[in-house]
Amino acid sequence: MFRSFQATGSLFPELTRLQQQLEEMFQPAGVAGIRSLAYGAFPAVNVGSTPDSVEVIAFAPGIDPQEIEITVDRGLLSLSGERRSESSGQQGAKANTYAQERFTGKFRRVISLPEDADPAKVEAKFRDGILHVTVAKRESSKPRQITVS
Amino acid sequence: MSDNTNVTKTNQTTGVTQTGQTQNTPKMALTPAVDIAEGESGITLFADMPGVSKERLTIKVEGDNLTIEGQAQIDVPENIELLHSEVRSPYFRRSFTLSRDLDPAKIEATLKHGVLQMHIPKSEEARPKRIEVKVA
Repeated sequence: MFRSFQATGSLFPELTRLQQQLEEMFQPAGVAGIRSLAYGAFPAVNVGSTPDSVEVIAFAPGIDPQEIEITVDRGLLSLSGERRSESSGQQGAKANTYAQERFTGKFRRVISLPEDADPAKVEAKFRDGILHVTVAKRESSKPRQITVS
Repeated sequence: MSDNTNVTKTNQTTGVTQTGQTQNTPKMALTPAVDIAEGESGITLFADMPGVSKERLTIKVEGDNLTIEGQAQIDVPENIELLHSEVRSPYFRRSFTLSRDLDPAKIEATLKHGVLQMHIPKSEEARPKRIEVKVA
């Protein structure tokens, strides 16, 4: 199948990828552990926290920033949208597909924000396929230093 | 906001470089997901490389080996503490073997919203030809 275009290089990343694909395939639907996210969910999300804000970084390549819907509802930050297939139809009917690993279709990810996050102060930026959402923390929850008078 | 790439827990061990520093190859690299299709004119490849800008992307052809490498740049505050991380390395690398039918000198590549699109044309000899039949 991969005669003219073969993945090479280090063996281990390829094995890891294979393992991930198998896990995805055999994971029973609805059973995903307490964190309720299946491996390989799109977009992948990293969440970090600073004293002033909660930073959510979603790796969403190939999506028009205008088409991402970001909502905050009762402490839940939700990212949704759709990624359309770019590769189909480009090569015409005679195209042979060798690999189709990239996600296509509708997606939705919901992140539970910490209690001290302020849903009124949410900022979102998009650059090079990364969506960066910054949720400010409430003033009252920020660490304060109290000087002894 | 600083211009660093400290979004992953492993940044100390993987040697993630900050802007202005020399880049050494980190040990851990993610394998970007790809779509590969072959048409009459050549091969089209799409690779997901979120956060990789044009300046931080390298495409190398050595003999029949094609390697794509890129480093994601994410602007996060310096004092960030990670609570949850699904992407553990901001570094992408993947290699492919090109067949002899392909012409590596004419590779075209574009990068948009973190998706790399490459077109690798087939060499003239390898393209399907249609032979006209002359009526005598």
